[in-house]
Amino acid sequence: MNTPFIQAVLAILRKDLRTELRSRELISSMGLFSLLSILIFSFALELDRVARQEAISGVLWVTVVFASILGLNRSLAMERDQGNLDAMLLAPINRAAIFLGKLIGNYLFALAVGLLLLPVMTVLFNMPLFQPWLILILFLGTLGFSTVGTLLATMTVQTRARESLLPIVMLPIALPVLLASVHASTNILTNAPIDDWIAWPQILVVVDVIYLILCFLLFEFVIED
Amino acid sequence: MSVIASSNPNQNARSGIAAWPPLLRILTLATIIAVAFGLYLGLFYAGTDIDQGQVQRIFYVHLAAFTGAFIAFCGTVIGGVQYLRTRNVQWDSIALAGAEVGLALSVLNLVTGMIWARPIWNTWWTWDPRLTSAAIMCLTYAAYLMLRTGIENAEQRRRFASIYGILAITTVILTLVITRIRPDTIHPVVIGPSVQNPNAEGAFEFSERMGMTIGINSTIWSTLVPVTLMWHRVRLQNLAERVNALKAEILNK
Repeated sequence: MNTPFIQAVLAILRKDLRTELRSRELISSMGLFSLLSILIFSFALELDRVARQEAISGVLWVTVVFASILGLNRSLAMERDQGNLDAMLLAPINRAAIFLGKLIGNYLFALAVGLLLLPVMTVLFNMPLFQPWLILILFLGTLGFSTVGTLLATMTVQTRARESLLPIVMLPIALPVLLASVHASTNILTNAPIDDWIAWPQILVVVDVIYLILCFLLFEFVIED
Repeated sequence: MSVIASSNPNQNARSGIAAWPPLLRILTLATIIAVAFGLYLGLFYAGTDIDQGQVQRIFYVHLAAFTGAFIAFCGTVIGGVQYLRTRNVQWDSIALAGAEVGLALSVLNLVTGMIWARPIWNTWWTWDPRLTSAAIMCLTYAAYLMLRTGIENAEQRRRFASIYGILAITTVILTLVITRIRPDTIHPVVIGPSVQNPNAEGAFEFSERMGMTIGINSTIWSTLVPVTLMWHRVRLQNLAERVNALKAEILNK
């Protein structure tokens, strides 16, 4: 008797959200890291008015990606250290439901950090970051690398090198997502005509769909034993 | 085991598992001759480019190495998919061989590109979209090899490497299509129906002889070279695993 798919996904998501609500471990470390990161970028790049327009979307995306790597490592390490991964494998649920549950949780945390950064950066850099298109790109971009991140983090927490391996294996694979997101955001922020950059969100959607399907299919091989 | 232990070790080395299979000998010889022939065509048969001069000849190896790398990386994907389906270790050896051979060939591709770019673009390296994506592609497969060394359990290592090898092909595809989706690249588009990019620096029109040289070189490097190198690598992997098995057997005695 298998638990219905949706119910299993929601149960795992609820578990992650409840843990987070009680410990606030992920959001606080990811949030603090992001704030530090944009401060470091602002004086490392000496962002003046002109440089800001060009560089700000890069700063935003690099920060979101690194923060989500931090979060992914924690989120999956927690599953493993507490023996929860084994428990979920024993449970009569579809393996793909575990992936989807973890993915949605990680996605929400990454998205929360990204959405938190928008007002902060709007204030600190005096740039109009709250734009509907930019928020859409944020939704699409974080979905892309949360997908590959969830799959790869499940792999890397089972290895010897653990935390250090995830950025190495994840960044190259996430590059198509990052590339499309950064270019779309830069164009939006420089008020380029929509015809110039509408290809980027389209590419982003295609890449997201490809990664979702691939990772969804491959996940059952990650957690066999 | 007992057969190997009892027979003369010298004789065994010559006639036993260490000898190359006949087909591999023929293939190796054919590859060496074919590569030499391809180089001859590139260096002597094809005409000298009017604008770029002799340095343009490196292009015959540059493109050919990429086609070889592409085939090898496809071997990694096929090996990975088949390993996950059948759990036959041989498929994983093919995947590993594909990643290593592909990495070597794509580094060759990068290096020849840099040698060409120095006189033509007046710089060894530029952060052009295609150059960047090709570099990322190399790093992805370096990460593949790192992932392999990071896992002790052999079965888990094969499984994870298969998964990563399948995902990694996206960076290869990105490198292939990026000159189409990023109009600001200065890398010449040689193959395919796309209109030559107006920003491209160092594009050339080729004569019949040059076209033939490109075709023959690419064919050699995309068939004989990766297949032969991967076969040797798979063989090496099998021998290494055999040594490990024998070691374990001796230790358990």
